[in-house]
Amino acid sequence: MTAVPRPAAEDAAWARLAAIGAAILVFGLLFLLPLLAVFVEALRRGLDPALAAIADPDSLAAIRLTLLVAAISVPVNMLGGVAAAWCIAKFDFPGKRLLTTLIELPFAVSPVISGLVWVLLFGAQGWFGPWLQEHGLRIVFALPGMVLATVFVTFPYVARTLIPLMQDQGREEEEAAATLGASGFQTFRRVTLPNIRWALLSGVLLCNARAMGEFGAVSVVSGHVRGQTNTMPLHIEILYNEYQFVGAFAVAALLALLALLTLGAKLLLERLTGRRAAVHA
Amino acid sequence: MTAARRRWRRSALPGFGLSLGVTLSWLSAIVLIPLAALALRPWELGPAGLWASIADPRVLAALRLSFGAALAAAAINLPLGLLLAWVLVRYDFPGRRLADAMVDLPFALPTAVAGVALTALYAPNGWLGAPLAEAFGWRIAFTPVGILIALVFIGLPFVVRTVEPVLRDLPSEAEEAAATLGATRLQTLRRVVLPALAPALLTGFGLAFGRAVGEYGSVIFIAGNLPMRTEIAPLLIVVRLEEFDYAGAAAVGLAMLVLAFAILLLVNLLQRLLRPWAARA
Repeated sequence: MTAVPRPAAEDAAWARLAAIGAAILVFGLLFLLPLLAVFVEALRRGLDPALAAIADPDSLAAIRLTLLVAAISVPVNMLGGVAAAWCIAKFDFPGKRLLTTLIELPFAVSPVISGLVWVLLFGAQGWFGPWLQEHGLRIVFALPGMVLATVFVTFPYVARTLIPLMQDQGREEEEAAATLGASGFQTFRRVTLPNIRWALLSGVLLCNARAMGEFGAVSVVSGHVRGQTNTMPLHIEILYNEYQFVGAFAVAALLALLALLTLGAKLLLERLTGRRAAVHA
Repeated sequence: MTAARRRWRRSALPGFGLSLGVTLSWLSAIVLIPLAALALRPWELGPAGLWASIADPRVLAALRLSFGAALAAAAINLPLGLLLAWVLVRYDFPGRRLADAMVDLPFALPTAVAGVALTALYAPNGWLGAPLAEAFGWRIAFTPVGILIALVFIGLPFVVRTVEPVLRDLPSEAEEAAATLGATRLQTLRRVVLPALAPALLTGFGLAFGRAVGEYGSVIFIAGNLPMRTEIAPLLIVVRLEEFDYAGAAAVGLAMLVLAFAILLLVNLLQRLLRPWAARA
């Protein structure tokens, strides 16, 4: 990891210093300052108002809803991701490359479009809208729509962390287990799962961070009703637009802490496995 | 038939049917059917109506702003990302590992949090906005410059993360040979290192652009959202949805996707053209 001195291809000391200085400047201005701003603005009037803003019933409802949406979306994408990685990494079949590309498709789509598609399907004038209305069901502007939008946005995370790892690991171990009479489920649980558990955890953490922090997609399908269909990111927007800055930044600080925790855990998992997980979102 | 047989290579492992079935149902339900709705709904307007819906001056202004700002931000990210990757790979300094981990911050930080944080910094009464307005009379938040800053923030990790591994694996022999043959350090960087990094830089450019063009959460707080001036295309989708103009919203979404894919295709093509240049270096 550390740069080995290479005399002939070495930069002059002044160039080195200038580059490091410029990098620190970019880093500080673009990354550290915004992060610092979140916490300083949240604590502008001291700790108590910030904590009071978080303990506010509407904020607590937003936190609960965020946790609920993530608790439904993440397992769905975990199961789908593991299934996709299993069939892509362990088998050969025509259309495999197309399937891999399609799995990454949600990353190429604007979050707003990721919400829009569900309104087009299930909104009042959506394809299935009238049918849903007849049966008194609500998807869009309610919890199911928010879950669907979140599942769409976080769709590729688990699959894309697992596929390269499982492809590198090959099939021999599983084939040996199967030859020795293990059932498919036994093979997966005893052989594959121990090999992929850290990568799986890393994928799930990234998926969860995005699920809890998603704004655009959820905003489109949320009814924006305080205390009912507001997640934490949406609650930040409402408080901010009402000039309740301490409250907005207090909730933002909670989400920023989650982001820092996720980055820390990811770093730890990378040390553990010696592999870098792709975070591209 | 034998060729087809060979591609479906028989495997000793069980679970192919089940995992492929789960994957295809998950993919269809969450990604393919919703995106089909996006592709089909705009045609309800008829070709002429669809064209009129997209050729609306407000839509064209929003598309121009979104694509222009995303391209500009990705272009700014090239030198910034190269600088950060270079410093992180080639030099050792205190805090390097922490800095390396923090590069992923924009991936992990929820976009709404980034949005309010950047606005707190660059608003006319903000940390940086106030001194900049006082000293130079610059307005940053609520102008296209503010949008640009948010998009640079969001896209920077893509360039760093694609350039970093290539730079790390770059054999030092080429640089040493160039230096031994009498090339100055600058010549070596320009003629040897830069061509080798060019494909990765382009990939990073494409990823940063793709993310920036659809970005919503980090932009809308700092943008000002004035129609014709600081209104981005994703916001226009939201506006049309609020007017219950589903087909019009889908038309903007479809136009965004088609344009973005066309640009990414061009980037891909350019990359293919660059490959011989990179290989020769």
